[in-house]
Amino acid sequence: MIQAPIDNTGASRGSLKSYLTGFVLSLILTAIPFSLVRNGTWSSPAILAGICSAGTVQILVHLYYFLHLDTSSAARWNVLAMIFTLLIMVLFVGGTIWIMSSLHYRMM
Amino acid sequence: MSTDASTLGLAHNEAVEHPDTVAMQTFGFWLYLMSDLIIFATLFATFAVLGRNYAGGPTGKDLFHLPYTLGETLFLLFSSVTYGLVMLAVHDGRRKRVLVGLAVAFLLGVGFVSLEINEFHSMIAAGHGPDQSAFLSSFFTLVGTHGTHVTFGLIWMAVMMGQVAVKGLTSPVQSRLLRLGMFWHFLDIVWIGIFSIVYLMGVM
Amino acid sequence: MFGKLSLAAIPESPITLTAVAGALLLGLVILGLITYYKKWTYLYQEWLTSLDHKKIGIMYIILALVMLLRGFSDAILMRGQQAIAVGGSLGYLTPDHFNQIFSAHGSIMIVFMAMPFLVGLMNITVPQQIGARDVAFPFLNSLSLWLTAAGALLVMVSLGLGEFSKAGWSGYAPLTETRYSPGVGPDYWIWAFQIAGIGSTLSGINFLVTIFKRRAPGMTLMRMPLFVWTTVCTMVLVVWAFPVLTATLAMLTLDRYLGMHLFTNTLGGNLMMYVNLFWTWGHPEVYIVILPAFGIFSEVAATFSGKRLFGYRSMVYATAAITVLSFSVWLHHFFTMGAGPNVNLFFGIATMMIAIPTGVKTFNWLFTMYRGRIRFASPMYWTLGFIVTFAIGGAAGVMLSIPPADYVLHNSLFLIAHFHSVLIAGSLFGFLAGYYYWFPKAVGFSLREDWGKRAFWCWLIGFYLAFIPLYVLGFMGMPRRLAHYDNPAWHPYLLVASLGTAVIGLGIVFMGIQLLFSIKERRSLSDPTGDPWDGRTLEWLTSSPPAVYNFPTIPIVEEIDAFMDMKEKGVAYRLPEQYNDIVLPKNAPHGMILGGLTFLFGFAMVWYIWWLAILASLGLLVTVIARSIDDDIHYLIPAAEVERIETERYRQLASVAPRGPAEEQTIPEPVPEM
Repeated sequence: MIQAPIDNTGASRGSLKSYLTGFVLSLILTAIPFSLVRNGTWSSPAILAGICSAGTVQILVHLYYFLHLDTSSAARWNVLAMIFTLLIMVLFVGGTIWIMSSLHYRMM
Repeated sequence: MSTDASTLGLAHNEAVEHPDTVAMQTFGFWLYLMSDLIIFATLFATFAVLGRNYAGGPTGKDLFHLPYTLGETLFLLFSSVTYGLVMLAVHDGRRKRVLVGLAVAFLLGVGFVSLEINEFHSMIAAGHGPDQSAFLSSFFTLVGTHGTHVTFGLIWMAVMMGQVAVKGLTSPVQSRLLRLGMFWHFLDIVWIGIFSIVYLMGVM
Repeated sequence: MFGKLSLAAIPESPITLTAVAGALLLGLVILGLITYYKKWTYLYQEWLTSLDHKKIGIMYIILALVMLLRGFSDAILMRGQQAIAVGGSLGYLTPDHFNQIFSAHGSIMIVFMAMPFLVGLMNITVPQQIGARDVAFPFLNSLSLWLTAAGALLVMVSLGLGEFSKAGWSGYAPLTETRYSPGVGPDYWIWAFQIAGIGSTLSGINFLVTIFKRRAPGMTLMRMPLFVWTTVCTMVLVVWAFPVLTATLAMLTLDRYLGMHLFTNTLGGNLMMYVNLFWTWGHPEVYIVILPAFGIFSEVAATFSGKRLFGYRSMVYATAAITVLSFSVWLHHFFTMGAGPNVNLFFGIATMMIAIPTGVKTFNWLFTMYRGRIRFASPMYWTLGFIVTFAIGGAAGVMLSIPPADYVLHNSLFLIAHFHSVLIAGSLFGFLAGYYYWFPKAVGFSLREDWGKRAFWCWLIGFYLAFIPLYVLGFMGMPRRLAHYDNPAWHPYLLVASLGTAVIGLGIVFMGIQLLFSIKERRSLSDPTGDPWDGRTLEWLTSSPPAVYNFPTIPIVEEIDAFMDMKEKGVAYRLPEQYNDIVLPKNAPHGMILGGLTFLFGFAMVWYIWWLAILASLGLLVTVIARSIDDDIHYLIPAAEVERIETERYRQLASVAPRGPAEEQTIPEPVPEM
């Protein structure tokens, strides 16, 4: 079947292939940051970037292959809610770190 | 929109209040997951701010064992993927397969929680409990909240095994399994954040 | 066995004991009356276990009004104290007691008066306004109500057993840490807020799904009534901000119960992190309580001007802008607590920006009224009172948003005057306007206009007397939360303020009289058509009170102000050509049981009664599982029964002359369409 399977809500659902693909990608994206830290051959900022990128990509893998978040119309509101949540998280976490470091600098 | 009655197992006298019930339930549950994400964001923010306040005590480097963390990660990932296979079996109406899959996912989840409880216990026994520094407080809070969520998920999973065994794959049961699956995958996503930010970055 | 609880928990202050005795007596009287009139079965079956959004809404509002009385009593005590506690006189309240009172006052008014009031109004109105039969998750709705009630009960119980928090409604660390507050006060506050907060978050999810998924056909997002839009925006704020409170209170709980060091001032804890996180929630929270009021004012302004709302699209965008912006201003609550000028600048500018969409809305209300045929019914009074007074409070807010100005005014009475202006003249006036506007719809008869207008004037005049002096006192340098002061120059202003409180109190008495007289005269005040105000939106299509299913057939929407559109096209009152069975949720006691168990859990945690906490938790788990595995949760109303109800309604409609200024509207004979 060429089309992605649809469940009774019209949303995409998985196939064996998509779950296994997601699984293998997740394993790889887990192995990368762990071995980067264990080997320690890269510089600190590079390892940090590696951890963040691998983590971000693995999260996207999970969202797409396991949670079936895609551009289909049934998933649209979920994607919108997710993006809004990300925006709020950046605002809250970023704002918090900015505020707290400013306080730390001036008050400690 | 196809409504495969044999798969859904709709009883004829089951009054369904609204044709979109499952869509509403999954959307509502998704919104709950977004609110949960904000809880975790708050705990991550707290860890970001307090996570270097060791109060003269041990740091992440002193306490974390990455192979152990990798083990926990694999238990959760395998459990998550197994659950994905459970959902495939649900759509195919394979009840026995669903039960077996749930049992496997459950055991893997129990494995994760056991490893985590063991980790917490050994830290506390060594005098590095959550009351010893802000770093330890924020660590135990963030990771412990995730573990508590996983534990509730396991309770839910056990209840679902009971429901599948007793009622079969009825429409409400399928809808609940769908939501449990969303919860389970969501927790695996949060764990990615935890092992990256708390453990990997903590050990560097 | 009872943890920290002992007879020593009973307070000694005569004022407190009087209040407790009074509350217990009132409670016994109410229980006695219910027993005497044999209404327990009725109460249980028709109300306590109901999953009907209309009934849940009414119960929320009853809770809100009761808590308004409690919160107002706190206000009377504080104003009275400050009217006399100057120089040599210490007043009648010890500082400890005074601190508990201002903490309870704020906590109650925001979380246990404003929140239930707005959720109650949304409950009654929103499903009807979108042409739906109920909210998306009726059981969750019931649960939210009972969780809120559980939190309110914890606050009430703290009056007679133990003490309440003395750390203000904001509960700053490290004062709320065990080291500085070893008593049960902060624990009562934490659990009350935590439990109610979960109820609110669930309501947020419920209403978002309801509005996005259960609108009638043809009701696109840009045809929804403004009150529905403000509900969407309010609930977006709820779902994305309340979790921060949940996490923050949980962390404070861990500090207090497990000795952690998240917000302490030793071993690496950071008390400013608490302040930062609290206001990350706290600021969205105050927009949560104002946006529904804005929505109500939009409905009222349009209806009582006999005109469509001016600038619908800009109103929607303005509300959305306020929503998004309100997530980005929280630092303005602690400008003075040490952040650098660039941080203060960012948050100051963001705060000022919120005034812009608010201004847009204000002008749109005015333009709605301009050249309208204004009817001065109660809801319109509250709206007009709001526009003037809220503008003053909002302007004060813009002043406060300037960090250097805030350095002088922070935590002075200027701040108190500002937020009471926007909370009372904004939120409370809005909720009261909604209460007067939708009362006939919910209950079946209107409230008497004469007492209502008297009540309004008392509230408006009383408000100005009570709070304008506080602006002046703020400029004169008087801080907030003072149980006693030495500057005699402040005294006259505080006397005027307490006079204002008395006038407001008279307003509340008039509201009580109004309610009692209206109930007594309900037959003559009845609303037989369901449309007492010549309304514009779909809730006025249903009967007053509506049938349990709201609409016999889901209406088809073609325009904004869908009901007015139907009336103008002459298609508003038509019996359906075909009736269908209607499926509705069965009553369920689980919401109430979960609320009760949660109260017990909270109480047990406050007093360290661990066995009770564990038992209550197990009970919660069992009840949740029991409810979740129950598949038989609906009941059916047969089509024939719906037909009977509707035919009877139309028979009554046809025999009644239309009320109000809509004389040109005639209700057609109930002839079914061919």
